[in-house]
Amino acid sequence: MTEIVATNETILVVGGGISGMTAALEAAETGKQVILVEKRAYVGGRISQLYKYFPKLCFPTCGLEINQRRSKMNPNLTILTMAEVTDISGEAGAYTASIKISPRYVNENCTGCGDCAKAVELEVSDDFNYGMNTHKAAYLPHKMAHPQRYVLDPAIIGTDDAEKAKAACKYNAVDLDMQEENIELKAGAVVWATGWQPYDANKIQPYGYDRMANVITNVEFERMMDPTGPTGGKLLRPSDGKEAKDVAFIQCAGSRDKNHLLHCSRICCMASLKQSTYVTEAWGDDASSTIYYIDIRAIDRFEDFYKKVQADENVKFIKSKVASIVENKENGNPTLHGVDTEGYHRYATEHELVVLAVGMQPSVDKDAFPIDITINEEGFIEPSSENGGVFAAGSASDALDVNRAVQHATGAALRAVQVVNRVARAEG
Amino acid sequence: MTELNAAMVERYRSNFLKEVEANVEEGEWVKMCMQCGVCAGSCPLGNAWEHTPQKIFMMVRAGEREAVLNSDAMWMCTSCYNCIARCPRGLPITHIMHGLAHYAKRMGLAPKEQPTAKFAQLFWDNLVKKGRVNELKLGISLYFMNGFSEGIKTSLKMKDIGLGMLKTKRMSPMEMLGGHGVKDSAGFQKMLKKAQELEDKRISGSTD
Repeated sequence: MTEIVATNETILVVGGGISGMTAALEAAETGKQVILVEKRAYVGGRISQLYKYFPKLCFPTCGLEINQRRSKMNPNLTILTMAEVTDISGEAGAYTASIKISPRYVNENCTGCGDCAKAVELEVSDDFNYGMNTHKAAYLPHKMAHPQRYVLDPAIIGTDDAEKAKAACKYNAVDLDMQEENIELKAGAVVWATGWQPYDANKIQPYGYDRMANVITNVEFERMMDPTGPTGGKLLRPSDGKEAKDVAFIQCAGSRDKNHLLHCSRICCMASLKQSTYVTEAWGDDASSTIYYIDIRAIDRFEDFYKKVQADENVKFIKSKVASIVENKENGNPTLHGVDTEGYHRYATEHELVVLAVGMQPSVDKDAFPIDITINEEGFIEPSSENGGVFAAGSASDALDVNRAVQHATGAALRAVQVVNRVARAEG
Repeated sequence: MTELNAAMVERYRSNFLKEVEANVEEGEWVKMCMQCGVCAGSCPLGNAWEHTPQKIFMMVRAGEREAVLNSDAMWMCTSCYNCIARCPRGLPITHIMHGLAHYAKRMGLAPKEQPTAKFAQLFWDNLVKKGRVNELKLGISLYFMNGFSEGIKTSLKMKDIGLGMLKTKRMSPMEMLGGHGVKDSAGFQKMLKKAQELEDKRISGSTD
């Protein structure tokens, strides 16, 4: 059984991505007791799946390492992975949260040696790479996963593979009898940092993501550049493994659209500008990136980055929302159809690979939120006095890039600290 | 220039967008266009038009009154609704195009030799006589729309279909003699007259 001490002076942080980690660490480092609940088997969330950050083009692993080290060193912070909040009741200063912990089938003895993965035969979809490849059903989610502990996929429980994993483990870390746990925790304040998910590209019918292998999403493209990713860091297109040198980016794929997401997702312009540098980085002067856009939203200092990309002769900009994509059956190239806005020229242009700059869909379940909260039309949590001691952090509150999510999460931590300080004063 | 057209030019001066917003059906949506161009690319007949919807909307905003109202674009719309389905801002593009066509017609600026505009007039003239469309007469007037010799050629080409329709009682030659209409013909004419009055009042009476 998971034993956790929690009181009305505890802060519960839901979601362990960059926002949740930031809020949890900032609060814990002021001396508050913090419990961080993360649905995945590791903390770090979507930033751990990025190759580089914009605008500095540095690696997210750097900041991730710092945050993981901070969390290891802080005795005030408890991290629960593979855990979800199913219910919250009470009011500011006195909440009770119900938490469901899914079995990992691997206990704290795990050293991360990987012998269980070698023994297991079944391969399952690799969610870390957005299902672009498979991995063993006993796996470490990614190289830097924290906690550095393997996971057994529930699919092998009760099969020979599970027994093989158990037999292979020299540290008695595989525990096949682990069960789902449901626990209750007290908390004075809640920081809700469940982040976002890429908008489902299958819903954008004219772009044929579901029909054409060479139409992928920006998050998948990001994984392709990672040396440990599905293509080993090479830009190879999915249909035939051919080098993708002529890449098109389609902006607002699902964002700013009454049929899809109402809001501007804010990150996708910079993400595509950044990804165009990957293409140039990979192929030099053989590279060709074409960005189809309505307007480029590179705000503040990002303008400099935009100008830098504009100066790259291998990157073209076409002011047009692509109307539809049709596959050239002979070579597998997607053909983009549309009319541009600078001269109204009709085009039908083939590219080797098409990247849909899909937007941010908030991971806030409007219909099944565990407690009464104000959620706006776009699905983000609105700041409201009616939310009591529940504070949104990062992209649960709005479409934010990493920089702004971290700032926002720090603010949310402060709000939560204020609530538990009031509790502390009242309790004397 | 028709009298009404001259009055409208005088009233709105250089503000054609305002004129469209006040007088064209769904015209108030024009300013919502963000020029993404997805309508233009989605139009199945797009390459056959002089101007795409997105371009028409920009021209409205730029005050290109003559060019917009003389354009054949809105007459080429087949109402497939692809543009409405895909417009990220939810503009009722098909309806705006029809609204503009109607307004151009009212102003006497619709392109004279544009086939769909011509056929629309034939349809209207046919309909208002009896309150029902006389399909036989409408078909024949369509055949002869572009002159006598082309009419004869088309009629001969369609002969077998016509005979087949006669045989299966899908067409009555008696319709050529007057044809059937609505029961209350006088009432129907009165209704049309009233509608025309309201429409005239709406256009000439509307203020800025």
